[in-house]
Parts: sequence; structure tokens; C-alpha cells
Amino acid sequence: MSPRSGTMSVTTTVALPQPSRLRASDVLRVGVAGLRGRPLRALLSGLGIAIGIAAMVAVLGISEAGRADLLARIGQLGTNMLTVSPGQDVFGHPTELPLDAAAMVRRIGPVQSATDTGLVQGATVRRTDRIDPLANGGIAVVAARTDLLGTVRGTLAQGLFLNGATERYPAVVLGAQAAATLGIDRPGRQVYLSGRWFTVLGVLAPVTLAPELDRSALVGWPEAQSDLGFDGHPTTVYERSTDEQVDAVRGVLAQTADPGHPEDVNVSRPSDALAAQLAAKSAFTSLFLGLGAVALLVGGVGVANTMVISVLERRQEIGLRRALGAGRGQIRLQFLAESVALSGGGGLAGVALGAAISAGYAVWRHWPASVPAQGLAAGLGSAVLIGTLAGLYPATRAARLSPTEALNTV
Amino acid sequence: MNATNATTSTTATTVLELRAVSRVYPGGVRALDRVSLRVDAGEMLAIVGRSGSGKSTMLQLMGTLDRPSEGQVLLLGHDTALLPDRRLSALRARSIGFVFQQFFLSPGLDAVENVAQGLLYSGVAARRRREAAREALLRVGLGHRLRHRPQQLSGGERQRVAIARAIVARPAVVLADEPTGNLDSSAGSGIMTLLHELHQGGSTIAVITHDRTIAEQLPRVVEILDGRLRSDSGPARQRATVTGGEAAR
Ligand SMILES: Nc1ncnc2c1ncn2[C@@H]1O[C@H](COP(=O)(O)OP(=O)(O)OP(=O)(O)O)[C@@H](O)[C@H]1O
Ligand SMILES: [Mg+2]
Repeated sequence: MSPRSGTMSVTTTVALPQPSRLRASDVLRVGVAGLRGRPLRALLSGLGIAIGIAAMVAVLGISEAGRADLLARIGQLGTNMLTVSPGQDVFGHPTELPLDAAAMVRRIGPVQSATDTGLVQGATVRRTDRIDPLANGGIAVVAARTDLLGTVRGTLAQGLFLNGATERYPAVVLGAQAAATLGIDRPGRQVYLSGRWFTVLGVLAPVTLAPELDRSALVGWPEAQSDLGFDGHPTTVYERSTDEQVDAVRGVLAQTADPGHPEDVNVSRPSDALAAQLAAKSAFTSLFLGLGAVALLVGGVGVANTMVISVLERRQEIGLRRALGAGRGQIRLQFLAESVALSGGGGLAGVALGAAISAGYAVWRHWPASVPAQGLAAGLGSAVLIGTLAGLYPATRAARLSPTEALNTV
Repeated sequence: MNATNATTSTTATTVLELRAVSRVYPGGVRALDRVSLRVDAGEMLAIVGRSGSGKSTMLQLMGTLDRPSEGQVLLLGHDTALLPDRRLSALRARSIGFVFQQFFLSPGLDAVENVAQGLLYSGVAARRRREAAREALLRVGLGHRLRHRPQQLSGGERQRVAIARAIVARPAVVLADEPTGNLDSSAGSGIMTLLHELHQGGSTIAVITHDRTIAEQLPRVVEILDGRLRSDSGPARQRATVTGGEAAR
């Protein structure tokens, strides 16, 4: 007798199990395991993302450090210096500033210091008397006061500046570029200046706010007047005031310096040029960021490609997972996680590389090394976002696959 | 007193039921034609039939991997047509274990990890999954191969790992599609012995096989011919007679 004959069956409805959500750790584990199956391919498509992210982070980091450096320099040099120089009259003829322009400017209330320089017309400076006077390398001979450096915040690279004694002697202080052009590397040497030998007292460091001084040979005001035929008219008046009063001073400066012809006078603020550099830098940064974004986009396409191929190749695995009880959502999540892990891994590497590049560059340029935290976060964030976008389509395709079709793949 | 041990002697719980199920593939192939079948808890049955007769199609419908074109599939009393994918998948995760001819093991994972995948979608924590996987591997006689990867195992051992994965969630029914198809006869009979042992231990098992001698050793044999139920030696005999007229036509 068959053991089953006469058996009566009952159908008991068992309670439906609650669909379980995959834990985050399981999602990550499954995603990473999928990548480990083809490590080289994962590495290469991760590299695409890494390069894009590294480029963007490095550009951001370097420009940040450059800005920080420039801002620090502007802060150090101050934005409270104004200069006055002669312009042209209505007929286009060059004008002259009054002899006492600096003294007048000094009388403006908020002005803390003022000094002037005067171009010595026709004077030339050469390394020796045997060099053609026309080949003077564009170096201007300029009469200067002993308090010049205090107002323009210049420093000496070597030697001494003019003082009450040396301003009356054939002595000269060279701007940084002038010294280089003349081939003068230390004080004590002589240069041939308008037919006489002058002793080099010192060499200036580059003066950021008065770059015209870099190409000048500075001689004492009295010496210029007595021996070089200098007429005593200043060609630049440098003036510093309190920070808050800069605009007020600016308003009266022309009038004060040349009460007769205020309209012929040029007033400018040298620190504006540095501020303009900041703006130029950020335009440049945008360009490179754009290039980085294109690289990133290409990387994202690479990730999408890898994921599409991966889904095609792993149909049997998908079928098996469905047989083991994975829902469509869980399959989608797996491939999405894989894509995000791929892109995020590349992003992590890229962020590290970009930070290293920008830190290294800043150190090399002696800039304050600052790796912007938001830049790193944004880099990683965009990698994750790209991973999600790139994985969306392949993951959806994987989820839509019918289990039987997937399992029957040959 | 009889009622208390009713499940073993007079009544049995139905695990799986096909009610006049048909499956028509796109292109018009009627791979399964109005098949009715009931599988009770603790049963072990062979599904036989020549190639192309619809055995795999039937197993996939029983395992809810596919949906019927007509008819009903009831799993543990639930009409699977009424369940959304999420719920059906969750039910499948806990109540059905599959064994395939091609094993479908992940080459990157060792035996324990492969078996643990069988619990991944049941909401079991990773550590507990591994414990259960080790136990399941002991049950299939692979306690000495826990850390081996599929490539390092013989065909028979691979199929044992796959069987361990199928039973690790203690499913209501194990569905095996030609589990010995890729094995030589000695490894194949080892697998059949294992399935018999699992059956003795209380598992419900349906095995597709080409092999008549294998089928004859099983308590119940269901034969499919051209998508129709040709014969059924099991408890559903009454029903088989009812539809027998049709099947014979
Ligand atoms: N996805 C499909 N699309 C169209 N026809 C299919 C598909 N799958 C199976 N068939 C057809 O359905 C019929 C039954 O196929 P099935 O795989 O169920 O047979 P089987 O009994 O398992 O055969 P075998 O013993 O060779 O595995 C066959 O004629 C087959 O060609
Ligand atoms: Mg088949």
C-alpha cells in the first residue's frame, strides 16, 4: 500500500514573511564583491573618475592657496597707499607737479606719510663707461628721498638705503630688476651714471606696490639736483593714510598736489592691480575647473559603460540572486551600490591625489599650504553623485531582467 | 489522540500547489498545459519526462521564478499571482531552495560564503548567516571543505555546496533541476543519497531527472509529456485520474 494513499491534505496558510531590507553593510559587501570579480576593469574605470576629481581638487586647492597668498600679501602691503603723478594737459603735453607737491599732500589731515620721487630727465646708468649709453636696459635714474622705503613698504635685499649723508654723494641704490640688468650682485661696486662713477649702496627687494622702482636707479635728491641737472619737479608722490580715510584723501589729493591744475593729475591706488590679479586668477580657475568637469564626465561615462557590461556578463548571477529571494529593488540596489563604490573609490583616490598635488605645489611656491575641506567634500560628493547617475540605467536593466531569462543565459 | 500526530499519519500540510497551470512562451510554445499538482510537506518526488517536455518550466513556476499564463500557483497557501515582487521575493527567500544543474557558485567566495548567500535576502545578520552556513555544510558532509573555493572542489562537492545553500534557510521545499546532470554516476548517486538523507530529515524535495533508475527510487514520480501531466504516482492520484482523461488525449 502506498504510504500516502488515503492521506488527506489541508492547506495551512502560513503568514507572509516581511520583506527584509538589506543592511548597509551587506549592500556594501555585495557591491565591492562584484567589483573584485574584475579588479583590473574596476581599477581602470575608477582611474577615470580619480583623474577628473584629482584635477578639480588640485585646481581648487592651488587657486585657493594662490588667493590666500595674494590676500596675505595685499594685507601686508596695505591698500591705503595712493600715488599722484603728472598727466597731460588739454593739448596732450606732459605736465609737471609743483615742487612742493609732497609737502602739500603731507598737510592733508589723515595722511600719515608722503614722499616723492623725480625722474632725472636724460640721465643714464651703465655698468661701465664703455657701454653704449643708449643700451641702458630701460633703467630710469630717479631722485629719491631718504624716507621712500617707509612709505612704499619696500625692503633692501642687500646693503643700505640713502641717508642724510649719502643723499649728497654720487651714491646709488638699485631696484631689483635694475641690479639684475646691470649685473650688480652686491653693494660696493661702481656704475657709470651720466658721465660719473656712482657707488652702489644697496639693492632693493622687489617692491610690489611700486613696481616702477624695480627698474630704477635711485640717487639722493640733493645729489640729483646738484650734479645731474634734476629740475626738482616730482614725478610720483607716494602717500599713505589711515585705512578708513583712503577715499576721503583720494577726493582731495589732486587738488592738494597741484592746486593750479588738478585736472591734469593722475591719482591711483597700486593695490587695485593686485585685487585685479585676484579676479583674473578666479577666471583662470573657472576654466580649469571646467576642464576638470569634462574629465569627470568622461570618467562617469566610463563607469556607466563598465556597469552596463557588468550587467550583461552577470545575468546568471542576477538570476541566482533572484532565486535566492532578491527582489527587483535589491538587485537594483546592488548594482547601484557597485557603481557608487566604483566611482566613490575613484573619487577617494582622486581627492587624495588632488590634495597632495595642491599641497606640494603650495610648498614649492612658498604659499600657505591650505587644502580646502569643502573642495575635498565636493570632490567626493560629485564622485558619489556621478556613480549614482552612471549606475541608474544599468541597475534598472538588471532589476528588470526576468529571473528565468537570467538563469537560462548560456 | 489520532489528531495530535495527524500531520504524519492522516493529514499533511500542502506546501505547493499548481492549479491548471499553463505557460505559453512568447512565440506560442505551450510549454506547460493545464497542469495540476500538489506537494505536501515531507514529500520527495521525481519529475520526469523527455527533453523539452516542460519539466524546467514547471519547476520555475513552482519556484515562483516565473508566472503562469493561466492557472494558479499557491505557495504555502498564498496565491502568488496576488503578491507584488517584493513580497513574493521575500516569500521565495524563506520558503524555496533551488539546486541547479550548473551549481551557480560564485568563484570569488569560499564554501561558507557561498552558502551564506542563501540567507542574504532573509534579513539574517552576517555573523548568523555564516554560522548557519557552516551548519548546512556539515549537514551535506562538507565540514572539511569550509574554506575552499568552488574551483578547488570536485563537481560532486560543488553540488553539495549548492545544496547546502538551498537548505541553509530551512525552506519549505527544495526544488532541484537535474542536480546530477553535470556529474558522473558515482558523484551523482552521492548527491541522490544526500537528498534522500535530507528527505529523511524532514525536507520536502522535488527533483527533476532524466534518469529512470533515480526516479524509481523516489517515493513519488510525476511524469510530464509535451507539457501535460502524464502520470502521478503520489497522493494527488485522485486528481491525476480526474485530469487523466485530458492528459491522455
Ligand atoms: N524562454 C523560452 N522561450 C520560448 N520557448 C521556451 C523558453 N523556454 C523553454 N521553451 C520551450 O518550452 C519547452 C519546454 O522547455 P523546458 O526547458 O521546460 O523543457 P525541459 O523538460 O526542462 O527539457 P530538458 O530536459 O531538456 O531540460 C521546450 O520546447 C522549449 O523549447
Ligand atoms: Mg530542463
